[in-house]
Amino acid sequence: MRNRLAIIAGGLVAAVVLSAPAFAQKQGGTLRVSHRDNPPSASIHEEATISVNMPFMSVFNNLVFFDPKEKINSPDKIVPELAESWSWNDNKTKLTFKLRSGVKWHDGKPFSSKDVKCTWDALSGADDKQEIIRKNPRKVWYKNLKEVTTNGDNEVTFTLEREQPSFLSMLAAGYSPVYPCHVEARVMRSKPIGTGPFKVADFKRNEAIKLVRNPDYWRKGRPYLDAIEFKIVPNRSTRVLGFVAGEFDLTFDSDITFPLLKDVKGQKADAICEARPTNVHSNLLVNRDAPPFDNPKLREALVYSLDRSPFSDILAQGNDLRGATMLPPPAGVWGMTQDELQKLPGFGPDIEKNREVARGLMKELGYGPDKPLKIKVATRNIAIYRDPAVILIDQLKQIYIDAELEPIDTTIWYNKIQQKNYQVGLNLTGAGLDDPDGVFYENFYSTSDRNYTAYKNPEIDKMIDEQSAETDVSKRKVLVSKIEQALLKDAARPPITHGVANTCWAPAVKNLVLQHNSIYNGWRLEDVWLDK
Amino acid sequence: MGAYLTRRVLLMVLTLFGMSVLIFVMLRLVPGNIADILVDSAGIADPKEKAKIARELGLDRPIFDQYLQWIGGLVRGDLGFAYVSERPAIEEIAPRIPISAKLAGLALFFSVILGVPLGVISAVRQNSAIDYLLRIISLSGLSLPSFWLGLLILMASVQWFGMIPIYTNEPRSFIDEMLLLSIPAAAVGFRSSALIMRLTRSSMLEVLRQDYIRTARSKGASQTTVNYVHALRNALLPVVTIIGIEAAFLVGGLIVTETVFNIPGVARFLVEAILWRDYPIVQNLVMLIAFCVVVVNFLVDMAYMALDPRIKYAD
Repeated sequence: MRNRLAIIAGGLVAAVVLSAPAFAQKQGGTLRVSHRDNPPSASIHEEATISVNMPFMSVFNNLVFFDPKEKINSPDKIVPELAESWSWNDNKTKLTFKLRSGVKWHDGKPFSSKDVKCTWDALSGADDKQEIIRKNPRKVWYKNLKEVTTNGDNEVTFTLEREQPSFLSMLAAGYSPVYPCHVEARVMRSKPIGTGPFKVADFKRNEAIKLVRNPDYWRKGRPYLDAIEFKIVPNRSTRVLGFVAGEFDLTFDSDITFPLLKDVKGQKADAICEARPTNVHSNLLVNRDAPPFDNPKLREALVYSLDRSPFSDILAQGNDLRGATMLPPPAGVWGMTQDELQKLPGFGPDIEKNREVARGLMKELGYGPDKPLKIKVATRNIAIYRDPAVILIDQLKQIYIDAELEPIDTTIWYNKIQQKNYQVGLNLTGAGLDDPDGVFYENFYSTSDRNYTAYKNPEIDKMIDEQSAETDVSKRKVLVSKIEQALLKDAARPPITHGVANTCWAPAVKNLVLQHNSIYNGWRLEDVWLDK
Repeated sequence: MGAYLTRRVLLMVLTLFGMSVLIFVMLRLVPGNIADILVDSAGIADPKEKAKIARELGLDRPIFDQYLQWIGGLVRGDLGFAYVSERPAIEEIAPRIPISAKLAGLALFFSVILGVPLGVISAVRQNSAIDYLLRIISLSGLSLPSFWLGLLILMASVQWFGMIPIYTNEPRSFIDEMLLLSIPAAAVGFRSSALIMRLTRSSMLEVLRQDYIRTARSKGASQTTVNYVHALRNALLPVVTIIGIEAAFLVGGLIVTETVFNIPGVARFLVEAILWRDYPIVQNLVMLIAFCVVVVNFLVDMAYMALDPRIKYAD
C-alpha cells in the first residue's frame, strides 16, 4: 500500500516540477505517438474509448476545460476555453457562457453560439433531427438539461431542471467538445472539423492518424508542435520496441504495464515514465434477473468472496488500487479513504473472515464442498479481461463455486450482457470524469444507455439524484459513500481493483502533463513542445 | 487445348460464384453484425440505436437482396462502401494490395530461391554433413511460428543496431520499400522455403534413382548436367504444386507478419474487417484472394505442361 501511495505521490511531485513554467519552448517538430488499435471512429461524442480521445481531443475545444496544467481534475480547476467566462443565476439553474469571438472552425466557417446549442440539443436528445451524431453514449449526462438558448452569436445559456453542481465539470471533460452544426456525422467520424489546436490531415484506418498545426488557432502562439502522428501498431511488443528504438516519442496512454516498465527502463534509460491511476476499474457483473443469482444471498456471497490483493499483485506488481466505484484518494476526488473502505462489505482486511461469511451464505443455500455451485464466468476474450477473470475463478472456489471461464468475442460483449446471456461477468469500467454524476448516472441510473446490466433500483436512482443536487461538497461526499455502500450491498458491479499503469515519453517531449484521475482528459497537447 | 481452356475458365467462374455464396452466408452466420459492434464499441445497449444503424446500412433488407446488390456491384466494379470508415471500399482496399502483393511476392521469391537450390544440394549430398545441417535448418523453419521469428528479429534489431525495421513511414523509393519488406518477407518465407527444400530433396532423391538418370550418367553426362538438367526438371513437378499451394497459404502468414512488422497491408486489414464485420471489405477481399488462388492453380497446371512435355490437356 505504501508503495502505491509513494508512486502516486511521486507522480504528483513530478507533475508539479514538470508543470512549472518553461521559458525556452521551441516551435515546430512532429510528435510521434504509438496507438494501440483502430479507433472505431474519430467522433468523440459517439465513442467511449481512450483510443478516440487521445488522438482526436486536440482537434476540438470545449466551452470550459479542466486546467491542463493540473494533474487532478476537480471542479475548482476549471478554466475557460471557447467560453471567455461563465456565470450562474441566483438559484443555480441557468449557466450562461460568454463566448470567444473570432474563433473559426478548421474549414474556415465562424464558430458561434448556434454550434453550442446544436451540440447539446443533439446530446441531450432535445432535437433528434440534429445530424451531427449517430450514437449517443452519454445522453444521461444531460438528463437534467432542460434547454439551451442563445442570445446573439456570443452568448449561450444552459437551463437546468434543478441545481446540479457537477454540470460544469461535465462540460469540462474530454468527452464534451463543441461540434460544428454545419458538418454531418459521417464527416465527424472520419475527418472531423473542430476549432482545436490541430487539424486532421489524414485518418487512415489500420495505419495512422496525422494531425497538423491549426495556423488560425484562437490561442496565439499555440500549438508549439507542427504536427502529431499517431501510428496504429496493434502489437504491443512492436509498439514497445518501437518506443525503445526511438521510432516514437510517446507511448500510447497507460500502455506500459509494470512488468513491461522494467524492460523499457532497462533498454531506454532516459525514458520518462509516469505511473498514474487510469480510473478504469475491474468489477463483477452479476445477472440478477436469472437463477441462480436472482437470489440476493448468492450475490452477497460473491461480494464477500473477493481478495483484492492477488489481483493487484499478480497483474500489476501490487500497484493497483483498492477502491469502491469511485477512484480512491489521493488521485480520486470523491472516492473513499482506505479506512472508510474497510467498513464496506467484503473490504475488511481479514479475508478469511469475509470468506467465512460467504461460505455461511452458500451453506444456507444448500451449497458446500461436496455440492459446489457450477457457473460460467464470462469475459471479453482479451488479456486485460481474461487475466483477472482467471484469478476470480480461483477465488470463487473458496466459497464452493466451481466456475468455468467463458471467453466472449470482444465485439459482441455488451450485446451479450444486454441480452442477459450470462451468469457472472468480469468487466472493466472506465470513468470519463472523476465525478459522481458522471460515474453513477452513466453506469447505474435506470434510464442510462450505458447501464448495460440494466440495473434498476429506484432507491439508488433517488440517491443519485439527491447527491447530484447537493451543493455542499462534504455533505455530497457522505451521500456518495452511502451510494457506494448500497451498490456493494446489492452486488451492483462489485469493484475489484482500480488500475494503475505507466505512460512513457522521450526526454525531448516537454510540458506533457498527464491527468491523474481520468485518462480521457488532458490530451489537447497545445502546450507540448519538442526539444530536438 | 482450346476447349480445355474454355472448360477451365468456366470452372473458375463457377468456383468463384460458389465462393461468393459461401463467403456471404458464412459472414452472416458469425454472431454479431456491424450495428451490434458499433453500438458495442460505445458501450451502449440501446436496441433503438442498433436498429437505426442497421437500417442506415441496409442490413434490415432481405439477405437475397443484399447478395444481389453486392454481386451486381462487383460485376460493375462498384465494391460498395466500407461500414466502418464510411469510404468507398475500393479506396480502402486498393492502396493496401500492392503492399501485401510485394511482401507476398518477395516471401515467395525467398522461399523458392532458397528452398529449391538447398533442396537439390541436400539431395545430391545425401547423408553428408551439409545434408544434415540443411535438414536441421528446414526442420527449424517448419517448427518456428513466423510471429515468434518476427519478434525475435525485431528484438535483435533493437538490441544490436538500435533500430527497428517496422513500417512507420511510407518508404521514399522502391528500393527502400524492398529493403524494408525484405526482413518480414524472410520471416514469413522461412517456413515456405523449409517446406520447398524438404520436398525438393525428397523429389530429387526419387528422380536420382530412376533408370534414365543412370543412363545419362553412363553416357558420360557431367554430374551438374545430370543433377540440374535431367533430374531437377522432373523433380520440380511436385515442387511447383506445393509452391502454388504455399502462395495461397502465404496470406495466413502475412496476417501475423503484417501485424508484428506493422505493415499496412491487406492481410491485417482483412482481419480487422472481420472483427468489425465490415461485410463490404471482407466479401470483396476474400473474393480477391479466392480469385488469386484460382488463377495460381490455373498457372500451376499450365506450368506442368512447360515442365513435362508429355503432359497434354485433352480437348
